[in-house]
Amino acid sequence: MQQIHTQGSLSAQLLAAKADPDYILDVRDLAVDLKTEDGFVRAVDGFSLKLRRGSTVCIVGESGCGKSITARALLRLLPDNGRITAGEIRFRAGDGSAVDLTREEANGLMMRSLRGQDMALIFQEPMTSLSPIHTIGDQITEMIHLHDQVSHEEARRRATNMLARVGIPRAETRLDAYTFQLSGGMRQRAMIAMALINRPQFLIADEPTTALDVTTQAQILDLLRELRTDYGMSVVFITHDLGVVAEMADEVVVMYLGAVVERANVRDFFHSPQHPYSQALLRSTPRPDGVLGRLESIQGTVPDPLNRPLGCGFNPRCQLCIRGLCDVEEPPTVALANGTDVKCWLYAPERAGVPLTGQPAKIDKLRQIADKAPDLVQVGGTIIDVKDLKMHFGMGKGWLRHPVGAIRAVDGIDLDIREGETLGIVGESGSGKTTLGKTIIRIYEPTAGEMNFHRRDGSVVDLAHLKSRDLKAPRRDIRMIFQDPYSSLNPRTTVGNIIAEPLLVNKILSGAALEARVCKLLERVGLRAEYRHRYPHALSGGQRQRIGIARALALEPRIIICDEAVSALDVSVQAQILNLLDDLQKEFGFTYLFIAHDLSVVRQICNRTAVMYLGQVVEIGQTDRLFERPMHPYTEALLSAVPVPDPDANVKERRIVLKGEIPDPSNPPSGCPFHTRCRYSDGKRCVAEVPKLAQTKDGRKAACHYAESFELRGQL
Amino acid sequence: MLDIVSSRANSQAESVYCAGQWTLMWRRFLRHRLAVVGGVIVLLLYVISAGAGFFAYADPEAGSATRSLIPPQPIALFNDGRFEPHVLGLKRVRDPQTFQLVYTPDPENRIPVRIFGEGFQYRLFGLFPTNIHLIMATDEAGNNALNLAGTDVQGRDFFSRMVFATRVSMTIGLVGVTISLLLGVTLGAISGLYGDLVDETIQRIIDILNSIPTIPLWMGIAASVPPDWEPTQVYFAVTIIISLIGWTDLARVTRGRFLAMRTEDFVTAARLDGASEPRVIFKHMVPSFLSHIIAATTLAVPAMILSETALSFLGLGLRPPAISWGVLLQQSQNVQAIAMTPWLLLAAIPVIVAVLAFNFLGDGIRDAADPYSR
Repeated sequence: MQQIHTQGSLSAQLLAAKADPDYILDVRDLAVDLKTEDGFVRAVDGFSLKLRRGSTVCIVGESGCGKSITARALLRLLPDNGRITAGEIRFRAGDGSAVDLTREEANGLMMRSLRGQDMALIFQEPMTSLSPIHTIGDQITEMIHLHDQVSHEEARRRATNMLARVGIPRAETRLDAYTFQLSGGMRQRAMIAMALINRPQFLIADEPTTALDVTTQAQILDLLRELRTDYGMSVVFITHDLGVVAEMADEVVVMYLGAVVERANVRDFFHSPQHPYSQALLRSTPRPDGVLGRLESIQGTVPDPLNRPLGCGFNPRCQLCIRGLCDVEEPPTVALANGTDVKCWLYAPERAGVPLTGQPAKIDKLRQIADKAPDLVQVGGTIIDVKDLKMHFGMGKGWLRHPVGAIRAVDGIDLDIREGETLGIVGESGSGKTTLGKTIIRIYEPTAGEMNFHRRDGSVVDLAHLKSRDLKAPRRDIRMIFQDPYSSLNPRTTVGNIIAEPLLVNKILSGAALEARVCKLLERVGLRAEYRHRYPHALSGGQRQRIGIARALALEPRIIICDEAVSALDVSVQAQILNLLDDLQKEFGFTYLFIAHDLSVVRQICNRTAVMYLGQVVEIGQTDRLFERPMHPYTEALLSAVPVPDPDANVKERRIVLKGEIPDPSNPPSGCPFHTRCRYSDGKRCVAEVPKLAQTKDGRKAACHYAESFELRGQL
Repeated sequence: MLDIVSSRANSQAESVYCAGQWTLMWRRFLRHRLAVVGGVIVLLLYVISAGAGFFAYADPEAGSATRSLIPPQPIALFNDGRFEPHVLGLKRVRDPQTFQLVYTPDPENRIPVRIFGEGFQYRLFGLFPTNIHLIMATDEAGNNALNLAGTDVQGRDFFSRMVFATRVSMTIGLVGVTISLLLGVTLGAISGLYGDLVDETIQRIIDILNSIPTIPLWMGIAASVPPDWEPTQVYFAVTIIISLIGWTDLARVTRGRFLAMRTEDFVTAARLDGASEPRVIFKHMVPSFLSHIIAATTLAVPAMILSETALSFLGLGLRPPAISWGVLLQQSQNVQAIAMTPWLLLAAIPVIVAVLAFNFLGDGIRDAADPYSR
């Protein structure tokens, strides 16, 4: 393997005098174009950043804002159709010399020697970013061999130490494991080990925890903070989660449509955001310590970069937009007194070439729309009564697929869903919450247990034992909204047909009456009736999710199962959809079974919440009280792991980091399923006896032997 | 809800929004230049097949010893500067030393070439008797004088024979492809939808069929067909048997698509809407893979053409008096053709052109088949 060694290049020497010694990275007016089938798209438009040694900058933005492309551009790793069209990237390499990375060849000697040695990148999806055909050890030692001349044994020794450092147990044996043999959290740690093995000074982390569970995310963020301090790294952390920003950042950069709209110190950003987009983003972010009620949402959607609006990119959605100025001329970047940079006309009206008609308003304090008390929901009787529900998936081995074991996805659930409420089901991956939702609606036939559905006419039918042909009737009352807006709509048929399908199939309406109903449904979910002629590919994620809601509404059901319905959406769009669901519930009296992994969202809209772990409900109760004072150790750990969008919340100090990983659902632990990771486990009763979901004081139910005796910490 | 007003024309965007999958596919297909060329050529070949009698200028069966082995003779376009397409009549002389026939053009004998001239009788589309041909040239005796591709040893015009061969070769493969299509899609669908044991069984059958060597198989089948059958009957029998083996490709494609789609959310959603299983399959799943099937079918046709050509070339498929490219090539299977009368090998060119054109077309359709992947 070829070795590449850093050398002080001629161009570096030329720049040495100009670059600021205190900054490790100095980006000025970076512009990146992407060539697409429809023409050139300006993906990054004037990005500037000064990164001081040892500090962490978080780049925040929603999908399509250009943050990933910026990260790639900094490392000159743009895709084939991307080009840097303007700007400079001045980087101070390990030996002190400064290089302008835009002048270097993307795959030349200089860049290749910098990458992996002085600069490193951690990706979002470890499964696709690690090689499936090489062992972890091979990949890490390759990094070593590329930049240093050592023997193979020495490289393996270093790799083993690094794996241990990032918290992978039994590092020597894990070195020879393949990527698919590791879990999500382990893969991410392996990727971090690979990136940091040569102790780079500069790290870019591109949404490294977005694909992980919240408890795993807490572990990884802890690890990154440790390594950051140990190695003295400067970090650019890209994320869309404001809670993570509050935990990791020293400085925040907000991007919209490829341009930086605000750059501020982290405290200034959260306590007094200056740009209207930042303010709107903060107001539409649900918080685990928030209050039940409506979220403020940003109207409209992020425009396609091919159709960028004139003037300020945010102007069509901005509530403080100055007509005639903001939609005509691009605003300048203004440096404020406290060191914040804002790109907004509100802060430099005197520089406008156009005369203003009035005084622009200023909002300087962040308010939560929690002033009004939440509406009391009229909760009625039980609508679905789940008793000891079990859903086991057989694992077949061999050619004839004889059953060997079973994946116990849902392992004995008792639940009652009451009319008119929003019941949240929370859990991490592997908890069985999605399987529960699909079993209730009979996508799967349960292995055991009952699901008693109370019909409108008063009769009770057990969904678990219904034959397939008898399912048509109850399925009119129980509907589902799916997680992925892209795969849940048939791409080859019009929106109108998608919504009309349930009405057609059940022979409810046809012809002109059907068309009229489709139009009404579209308008009810906030879309124009003309959209019924469009195909799903023409709509954004949020709009598609609205179609999914309209489809669910079409049969006027009583209960709607939202299977992670907002997980795949951006924060601002998520707020719109949640508000829509709230409005519909008030109008039609729906019951929602809201399955989610995002606790902040659950806090926002659910009356009651059930927490699931390894196929069982470990706690269920009123949401606000559950969040304030949990009674199960797992709930406590889960709540403490959620990052709060407030840099002063001191969440990190209070955090309970669970050790280990979620056990294999085909081989659950004896006794309490959580005892292997529980810090309150007594080692005897917890290991031997399975705790029942028992009533405690407070109307709560918890599955823990010691639930009554705990004083567990919640949010606030 | 506020909609973002785009700075481009709204109607242009709207046409994309309301474009169904076929429109999107068509647009994508048009960008693939080679595929468009292939498509045009395929279309042309089928037009020629449909109107074979019109495009040919001589009766493919009518040969005369006096016109044996004439080399190709181009049409001269100008006569002393005037645009007057014509051919020169030929004088035939036998070389005393080699005994070879030598044809020399006679400048005194100018035979004009006419468009839409009258020639031999045929039935257009098999229905309307007529004798109009695209181009015609007859000498004083009323015999054909054009030799665009020369003549064969029996004096039959080779170009006209190639035109009629096009009709046979291009259409006879379609029967086999249709059978393969029906078999393949059905079995592939069953395999993909039901899975488990049914799937395993069908896939192993496919493996076995794929591993049988084709030419010995064809030879065996051809040998077992009753000898008193007419050549066309023989050929249909052989085609049907070939298609009973050739459906495996389509089955695999179909199975793959069904497997991928079974777990898609929108299929689950359709079931939850209350759609019956047949409706879910035909209305929701089938449109998704129809374009892939069309692509696979388009790519199966050249295989059929090649197999017919190969079989006939080996003498196992069509035999004279039937005319196909393979038959024409079979008749040039001698040293004389290569050494002295190479124009008889021209029949290979339409085979190459047709197969290439179908392949480019099929590639283009396959690339455009999924307009939603970017």
